[in-house]
Amino acid sequence: MSAREQGGRARKPQPDKNQAPIVQRIRIRYAKRGPLRFTSHRDFARAFERAVRRSGVPIAYSQGFTPHPKISYASAAPTGVASEAEYLEIALQAPMDPAEVRAALDAALSPGLDVLEAVEAHGESLADRIDASAWRVELPDVDRDRLVAAVAEFLAADEVAVERVMKDGRRRLDVRAPVVRVEVANPTPRPGAAGAAQCAILDLVVRQVTPSVRPDDVLAGLRVVADLEPPVPPRAIRLAQGRLTAHGEIVDPLVAGDRPVIGGPSE
Amino acid sequence: MTVTSVFDQLERLLPRVSKPIQYVGGELGAIVKDWDACAVRWALMYPDAYEVGLPNQGVQILYEILNERPDVLAERTYAVWPDLEALMREHGVPQFTVDAHRPVGAFDLFGVSFATELGYTNLLNALDLAGIPLDAAERGEEHPVVVAGGHAAFNPEPIADFIDAAVLGDGEEAVLEITGIVRAWKAEGRPGGREELLLRLARTESIYVPRFYDVDYLPDGRIHRVVPNRAGVPFRVRKRTTMDLDEWPYPRRPLVPLAETVHERYAVEIFRGCTRGCRFCQAGMITRPVRERSITTVGQMVHDGLEFSGFSEVGLLSLSSADHSEIGDICSGLADAYQGTNVSLSLPSTRVDAFNVSLAEELSRNGRRTGLTFAPEGGSERIRRVINKMVSEEDLIRTVVTAYTRGWRQVKLYFMCGLPTETDDDVVQIARLAHEVIKAGRAATGSRDIRCTVSIGGFVPKPHTPFQWATMATPETIDRRLRLLKEAINSDRSLGRAIGYRYHDGQPSLIEGLLSRGDRRVGAVIRRVWQDGGRFDGWSEHFSYARWVSAAAEALPAHGVDLDWFTTREREEAEVLPWDHLDSGLDKEWLWQDWQDSLREYEQDDCRWTPCFDCGVCPTMDTQIQIGPTGRKLLPLTPVGQV
Repeated sequence: MSAREQGGRARKPQPDKNQAPIVQRIRIRYAKRGPLRFTSHRDFARAFERAVRRSGVPIAYSQGFTPHPKISYASAAPTGVASEAEYLEIALQAPMDPAEVRAALDAALSPGLDVLEAVEAHGESLADRIDASAWRVELPDVDRDRLVAAVAEFLAADEVAVERVMKDGRRRLDVRAPVVRVEVANPTPRPGAAGAAQCAILDLVVRQVTPSVRPDDVLAGLRVVADLEPPVPPRAIRLAQGRLTAHGEIVDPLVAGDRPVIGGPSE
Repeated sequence: MTVTSVFDQLERLLPRVSKPIQYVGGELGAIVKDWDACAVRWALMYPDAYEVGLPNQGVQILYEILNERPDVLAERTYAVWPDLEALMREHGVPQFTVDAHRPVGAFDLFGVSFATELGYTNLLNALDLAGIPLDAAERGEEHPVVVAGGHAAFNPEPIADFIDAAVLGDGEEAVLEITGIVRAWKAEGRPGGREELLLRLARTESIYVPRFYDVDYLPDGRIHRVVPNRAGVPFRVRKRTTMDLDEWPYPRRPLVPLAETVHERYAVEIFRGCTRGCRFCQAGMITRPVRERSITTVGQMVHDGLEFSGFSEVGLLSLSSADHSEIGDICSGLADAYQGTNVSLSLPSTRVDAFNVSLAEELSRNGRRTGLTFAPEGGSERIRRVINKMVSEEDLIRTVVTAYTRGWRQVKLYFMCGLPTETDDDVVQIARLAHEVIKAGRAATGSRDIRCTVSIGGFVPKPHTPFQWATMATPETIDRRLRLLKEAINSDRSLGRAIGYRYHDGQPSLIEGLLSRGDRRVGAVIRRVWQDGGRFDGWSEHFSYARWVSAAAEALPAHGVDLDWFTTREREEAEVLPWDHLDSGLDKEWLWQDWQDSLREYEQDDCRWTPCFDCGVCPTMDTQIQIGPTGRKLLPLTPVGQV
């Protein structure tokens, strides 16, 4: 029913009520890479909506004066942090093969915002399937032995309080408790890295709590316990998100069964 | 010599600045080309923050046109915020382009588009960060040729020391001509160095090279004359006019940013130029004659632009959009094509009449309604005759009431303060008008749930307009009138509650006035303000009136002039104006006549529908008005997402 068809319409315009119903939901894993890791979540959400329109993927819209495409996001990596494992779910008004959805959305997004996987949604919600993240943090010009010692101090502490500036002012939060695992990766000679630049690497598995504890909070914790001050801004990347098993493994949220993807103690 | 990206250095700074995404590029539509494969390389700048600069149509159009040439490369750069500037200075990172993060200093040409004079300090900052000498005279062959464009380039005298050249008017063809000249000069082995290159540009007679003109002053501070100091350089430099907009359907690949910007839409210019003759409006004067883009090209551009960009909003831009000869068919054709697609269409810059309400209604068929804006500009009928904004009070009230009865709750009204001959009463009349609008609206709709917003800004006299001779009101006068208006709006509490009031105080306008009608002596003021930390003067939180006043007090008295001399002083007919050697096509005698008519409150008709009134543009520039109707309709287009 368009405005025009309503003819001698009332003073107050009515919203279009005939948005098509939802027939399918698709869950998506995407990456934020390279320079585009500086994309904030709001920026990504805008870019993704446009990409959906460009791609021709038959997205469903909400009702109302300003219909919004039906997209829901799982927790987003902080601005400036790269990720290989961001998740969202979209609702479609016409069925489409998830593989085609993936290809169409990936083609419509800038390189660096890459759609990696798409599966039809079933079972528990994404939010119920995600309660922990695995992160890798590169610390250029940080001595590996220093880092190992700092991590040992961190693990030995019962609580590591750091201050963070949030919307409602400064807040103290304990960064120790949510950290399930933290270890310094073994130095691996990287081809092409010319060996000159020393770069210590930290692997983290952190439970998703409120307020969230992010890699920079853990680094702040290392500063508190061991005075570790990276001379160059570290580069963090989220490698996985999912449900944490009793063994400290993370379960792929797109897979129906309980397949661990990363973070197993045997790794 | 190849040029390397500064991204590695920049990347380390980005975690420490706000909104780092604005510096990384990677927008849809962005183009990165092989440096060594290109013969001519442009860095294009909009001298404001990325969020304001990215949507700029001028830069996007030139960026695309240049990059379409196989041997030409164009990249973009914007003003960096003070947080990043401090880090760049600390770590020695130069002004960079966002496309490939190449240093601006390495390009052949540095083109800067000035929509407003308040970007001048950002030009100086960018030059300095780029390592390019501020003074054009000190630049060598290794430095880019700094070219100014945009509306402010119609009087670039205040920045004459800092630029190498200025282009007046439309840029589409001008950038290609400049590119050709630079390409040939480089291919020939750069004969005669920078001087020769600039001379070749100046000899086109449509590119202004300030260094080839000497300015002499009279003992009283006025300009005596401006004359070329080289053979072959024209006495007057002509503006450029792109005649057939259908041949230049840009932007085709609009830039789609990741960062949030001030306009998130695909914008199509539906025509260029305006002959309504509002006497305060520099854009309307310097972009004559009217040239329409045809309905079919507009339709195709909207279709392709949406498909490429994924934008959900389309803006049909021009100086007075409802004046397109086929605007009705354009609006209904687009509304038909995009019905039910969640694409919204908007028509900014509309005149005050009921037809516009119908157009807006047509465009908002989906039920998505943005506010309606009308610009009566003056509060009293008398002042509207002075500025040639021909709207009667009756028409205005009828139009706004029509909008209310058709379902709009909120209407915005734009006005100016400080207009020539203006009295306190002319401004206070705005309140009465707003009261009448609300009263009539309540009566017609039977509802108290209607509002209007009065938005008022300070008038700035601009070059190449009939008001170029006018005195500016002082900031004290402006602020007093704005206060009186506020009191008058609130004098009736019931009506006042339904009226929003937004205003800009008078101080920034005065400085804009200094920069708009300044001459080369004002350059020293700009330099001092920049040295004193002046940046982002278009932003109220960064603008400092005291800084400008003190810089003017230091730099101007040596020449026997001051801030008032440039702003509140009324000019006489015989005075040589700083921009007289820059030819916008307007006949100075006609402008003077129109100024005199204005003082007598005589109105001037629109030459599209009434006989030519001899403003001078068409005969001087060998152009003519180009309007429809073409009689064509929009073909049924397949909207995006409706495959």
